[in-house]
Amino acid sequence: MAKVVLSCTVNSEPQQIIIDDRDSLADVLRDKLHLTSVKKGCEVGECGACTVLINDEAFDSCIYLAIWAEGKEIRTVEGLMDADGEISDIQQAFIDEAAVQCGFCTCGFIMSSMPILESDEEYTRDEIRKQIAGNFCRCTGYENIANAVEKVKEDRMNNKK
Amino acid sequence: MYDIKKIYKATSVQDAIKHLVDDPNALIIAGGSDILIKIHKGKLAGCSLVSIHDIDELRGVSMQDNGDIKIGPLTSFSNLSKDHIIKRYIPVLGEAVDQVGGPQIRNIGTIGGNISNGVTSADSASTLFALNAMLEITGPNNSRIIPISEYYLGPGKVDLKNGEVLTAIIITKENYEDFTGHYIKYAMREAMDIATLGCCVTCKLNDQKDTIKDVHLAYGVAGPIPMRCPRAEKSIIGMKISDEMFNTLGKIALTEVKPRTSWRASKEFRLQLVEELCKRSLKEAIKKSGGVING
Ligand SMILES: Cc1cc2nc3c(=O)[nH]c(=O)nc-3n(C[C@@H](O)[C@@H](O)[C@H](O)COP(=O)(O)OP(=O)(O)OC[C@H]3O[C@@H](n4cnc5c(N)ncnc54)[C@H](O)[C@@H]3O)c2cc1C
Ligand code: FES
Ligand code: FES
Repeated sequence: MAKVVLSCTVNSEPQQIIIDDRDSLADVLRDKLHLTSVKKGCEVGECGACTVLINDEAFDSCIYLAIWAEGKEIRTVEGLMDADGEISDIQQAFIDEAAVQCGFCTCGFIMSSMPILESDEEYTRDEIRKQIAGNFCRCTGYENIANAVEKVKEDRMNNKK
Repeated sequence: MYDIKKIYKATSVQDAIKHLVDDPNALIIAGGSDILIKIHKGKLAGCSLVSIHDIDELRGVSMQDNGDIKIGPLTSFSNLSKDHIIKRYIPVLGEAVDQVGGPQIRNIGTIGGNISNGVTSADSASTLFALNAMLEITGPNNSRIIPISEYYLGPGKVDLKNGEVLTAIIITKENYEDFTGHYIKYAMREAMDIATLGCCVTCKLNDQKDTIKDVHLAYGVAGPIPMRCPRAEKSIIGMKISDEMFNTLGKIALTEVKPRTSWRASKEFRLQLVEELCKRSLKEAIKKSGGVING
């Protein structure tokens, strides 16, 4: 065990944080940076509630050692907020489509859907479902979540045309 | 925070080997999707680790001058499925690892870790057995190359001596050229589930596309470690594609496997899967080779 300095970018801001080399990335994001959108559901990679983007790919931050984040770009739901403090299209869509009940899984699902939403490729509903299959929701039954992601994907693709 | 005694971040293969030799109890951690779970559950609490996570030279896929394909053990499942060499020459391997866990696990899990944990259900293992994968293992004094079948010593146990690291997975040209393959993972759910049984078949047809020239049949969870069925394979080489051929393959495979009953499924159910899935996998592999299946 040792204290080490972690240099990385979190939600576009460069950070230098003193961490314990046994910390998970979820520990550091929650306890050191107070980014509490990162939820700990299972802590063994099963539920996806702790999903964050590392260099634009979705990872379970509970089973990712913080020391591996050196030099990487990390994004959480807090980073989706625009300059005026408004929520993003995907967050609004979760509200509109009733894709949130207790809300514990929501931030994880939103981060898992980001690679789909930011991609230039088309996604079928089945492909969307596959990309969010690493996230568990105990409340909604998934249909509304898939609807929210599908809707924003469609909107973003139309805006690109 | 994980209950880890100490962790060293290796900067190169030689650096990792040196630290593994200096601390014989230290374990290698790559993506951590097995090791960190075991630490969390207490089975490996208080362990010492050597992290190879940042050794980029162990990542990626490359074509060798002699046509062999070299896969870095740190290549993640998702990068393997996306790789253009894999897509073009060994699509069956990319398709097999695309069935692991969910997207987040496929981003962190490595193919080297998947075979080095010695688990029979590993989704890459049966396909690598069917492809006769060769493994390059580098140690303090030398490096050796062994077939994957010799790597598995028993459940959870692979042939790694102190200070040794798996540094490459090699698929030789003769094991992919003109072969097509298909992997079926039978599980209770479509994602985030471990295989009840896994079955990979690769085959090569004659020029008329009506006769089996060569076939490799491999299973996961049909025994304590991933396995091939050499007698079943031999029995249909040279046979015309026919119901009789499919039935022969299934019947003889049954005599070679040793599945157990677990909470996931009974032995009897697994035997039924062994017989049925090899036929289905072979049918798909034949179709991909341009062969025709009657009826
Ligand atoms: C939620 C969840 C779902 C999963 N679902 C599936 C599934 O559907 N199918 C499946 O097959 N697997 C599944 N897995 C397990 C799978 O992620 C692991 O087997 C993974 O491939 C291991 O690779 P790693 O690099 O993450 O492992 P690590 O934990 O880093 O290592 C695994 C083992 O291999 C050793 N090792 C790693 N790399 C090397 C090397 N280069 N040389 C020598 N030894 C090495 C380590 O010492 C350790 O013993 C799942 C895991 C989780 C957490
Ligand atoms: S808390 Fe990380 S996957 Fe469940
Ligand atoms: S809204 Fe409650 S777990 Fe998904």
